[in-house]
Amino acid sequence: MSELVGLYALWYREFKVFLREKSRILASIVNPLIWLVAYGGGLGAAISFGEVGYQAFIFPGVIMLTTLFTSIFFGLYIVLDKRLDFFKEVLIAPLSRMTIFVGKMLGGCTDAMLQALILICLGPFFGITYTPYSLGVLVIFILFIAAGTTSLGLTIGSQLNSFEGFGLIQSFVILPLFFLSGALYPLNNLPDWLFIITRINPLTYIVDGMRGALLGNPTFPLYVDLGVAVVFVLVLIAAGSIAFKKMKS
Amino acid sequence: MIGEDPLMIIKVEKLTKKYKDLTAVDHVDLTIEEGEIFGLLGPNGAGKTTLLNMLATLIPPTEGVAYVNGYDTIKDPANVRKSIGMVFQAPSSDDILTGYENLYLHSLMFGVPKEQRKKRIAEVLKLVELEDRANQRVKTYSGGMRRRLELARGLLHKPKILLLDEPTLGLDPQTRGHIWEYIEKLAREERVTVIITTHYMEEAETLCDRVAIIDHGRIIALDSPENLKMKLGKSMIRAKIKDPKLDLIKGLNYVTKVEEKDGEVMIMLNDGGSHIQEILCNLGEASFVELREPTLNDVFLQLTGKEIREESAEGEIERYARANGR
Ligand SMILES: Nc1ncnc2c1ncn2[C@@H]1O[C@H](COP(=O)(O)OP(=O)(O)OP(=O)(O)O)[C@@H](O)[C@H]1O
Ligand SMILES: [Mg+2]
Repeated sequence: MSELVGLYALWYREFKVFLREKSRILASIVNPLIWLVAYGGGLGAAISFGEVGYQAFIFPGVIMLTTLFTSIFFGLYIVLDKRLDFFKEVLIAPLSRMTIFVGKMLGGCTDAMLQALILICLGPFFGITYTPYSLGVLVIFILFIAAGTTSLGLTIGSQLNSFEGFGLIQSFVILPLFFLSGALYPLNNLPDWLFIITRINPLTYIVDGMRGALLGNPTFPLYVDLGVAVVFVLVLIAAGSIAFKKMKS
Repeated sequence: MIGEDPLMIIKVEKLTKKYKDLTAVDHVDLTIEEGEIFGLLGPNGAGKTTLLNMLATLIPPTEGVAYVNGYDTIKDPANVRKSIGMVFQAPSSDDILTGYENLYLHSLMFGVPKEQRKKRIAEVLKLVELEDRANQRVKTYSGGMRRRLELARGLLHKPKILLLDEPTLGLDPQTRGHIWEYIEKLAREERVTVIITTHYMEEAETLCDRVAIIDHGRIIALDSPENLKMKLGKSMIRAKIKDPKLDLIKGLNYVTKVEEKDGEVMIMLNDGGSHIQEILCNLGEASFVELREPTLNDVFLQLTGKEIREESAEGEIERYARANGR
C-alpha cells in the first residue's frame, strides 16, 4: 500500500514537472512537424506507395522518433536529479528501488504519451484516417516504445555521473535504431545487409505494427510485431530495475 | 535489535569511509541515546556529512558497522530509512514545484497517513513561517526560505531519528532561534533523537546535550558542551603583553594552563576570575586584556591548533544559491 502511494507520488512529480515545462512540450512537437512537413512533403512530391502518400507512410516513424527522444532523455535526466540532490530525498524514502524505478518510468511514459497524443491529433493533415482499432493499436505500440526507451534511458543514466555521454547515446543508440528500422522506407527490396539489420532491430516490428494498423499491408503479422514489442519492453524494464538496485547515490 | 542496551538508538563501531587515499571518516565509535540532541562539530571537510550519509544508508561504509534504531544500515537499510528523517546540506527541494507540493509529495513518499497529511503540512509550514509562500514555486524562494522548507520537510513525517546536516545554514538569527526551540521540543516531548552537524559554535552550545568534535574524520573529543569547556577551566584570560613572565604564573595553584602564541598569552583558570588582579600584576604591562568563559571554539583550538571557521550567513547563502543554479 505505502509502496503504491509512493509510486503515485513519484509519478505525480514527473507529471507536474512536465506540465510546467511548456517550452519542452513545444520543442518536442516542432521537431516532428519539421520531419513531416519539410522532409515528408519534399520527398513525398516525388514518391508515394500506391494509394499511400509519403507523409502518411513516415507518420508512424515520426511519432516513434519523437517518443524515442522524449523517453530516452527523460531517463537520462536522472543524472541531473542525482547531481541536484533532489534524488537523495527519494533514495532515503522508505520505498523499494523497484518502486522508484517504476514511478520514474511511468512518469516518462506519461510525458511521451501526452506528446504523442498531440501528434496523433495532427495525423489527418498528413493523410491519416483513424478507426478505433487502428488508434488503439497505435497507442499500445507508442506505450511500448515509451516504456522501453525510458527504461533504457534510466538504465544508462543511473550508471552515469555526468552529461558527457549524452551526445554519444544520441549518435550510437537513438539514430541508428531509428534509421535502421524501416521508419522511412519500406522493408522489402532492401540490400542484404540492411535486410538483416532491420530484422534484428526491435523497432522495425513496432513501426511495422503501427503502420499496418494505420495504412494496411504490414510486413509481419500483428502477433509477431506485438510479441517483439513485449519482449523489448520486458528486457529493458528488467535491465532498468537491476540498474536501479545497483545504483550508487 | 542490538539487545544489550535498548536505550542506545544509534550505535556506530569503527565506522570508516575511504575515498582513494583520503579517509573521510576514520574508525568512529559512537553511541547515542534516545531523545538526545547530539552535535557533530567540525571544520569544512571534517567528515560530518559523510558520517551522516552512512547513517542514512546513502553511502556504504568502507569498514565498520552502524546500527540505527537497532537496524544494521548495510543489512537492513529499508528499516533504517523508515526510522529517519534527513535535512541535507545541499539543496534538495524541487524548484519547479511549489512549497506545498514538495511537502505533499514527501508526505506520500514517507507514508504519512492520509488523514494526517493536511494537518501535518499546515503545522510544519507554520513552524517555518512559510504559510503565505506555500503556493508559490520554490524557484522564487530565497536561499533561507528554501532551507526552511527543507527543514519542514524533514520534520513532516515525525521520524524517530532526525539527521540534520547544517540545518540552520544561512538562516537569520530569529528563524534559527525558532528552529532550535522546535528541535528541543521534539527531543524533550516526543523523544525524537537528533543528530545535527554544524560549525556554528552557538548552535552546538545551546542546543546539544553532547557534542563530538570531529577533525580529519576522527572524533577528538566527546562530551557535553559544559564538560568540554570545563576541561579548559572555568574562565580564561587572553592578553597582549610585551615580555610576559610566565614562569611565575604557571606556579599559581588556580592556573590550569598557560600558552603563548604570536605575542598573545592565554591563561586558563579553574575559578571564575577572582584572581585576575594578581595575575595581571605578575604578568607585566599589558596592552590588551580579556577575561571570559571558554567557548567550544577554544576547545577546538586547544585540540587541533586551528579554529573552526564560522562562516558568515551571507557567504553561506551565496554558496547555497550557486549550488542551486541549474
Ligand atoms: N564522493 C566523494 N569523493 C571523494 N572525496 C569525497 C567525497 N565526498 C566527500 N569527500 C571528501 O571527504 C572529506 C569529508 O567530507 P564531508 O563532506 O563529510 O565534510 P564535512 O565535514 O561535511 O564538511 P562541510 O563542513 O564543508 O560540509 C572531504 O575531504 C571531502 O573532500
Ligand atoms: Mg558537510
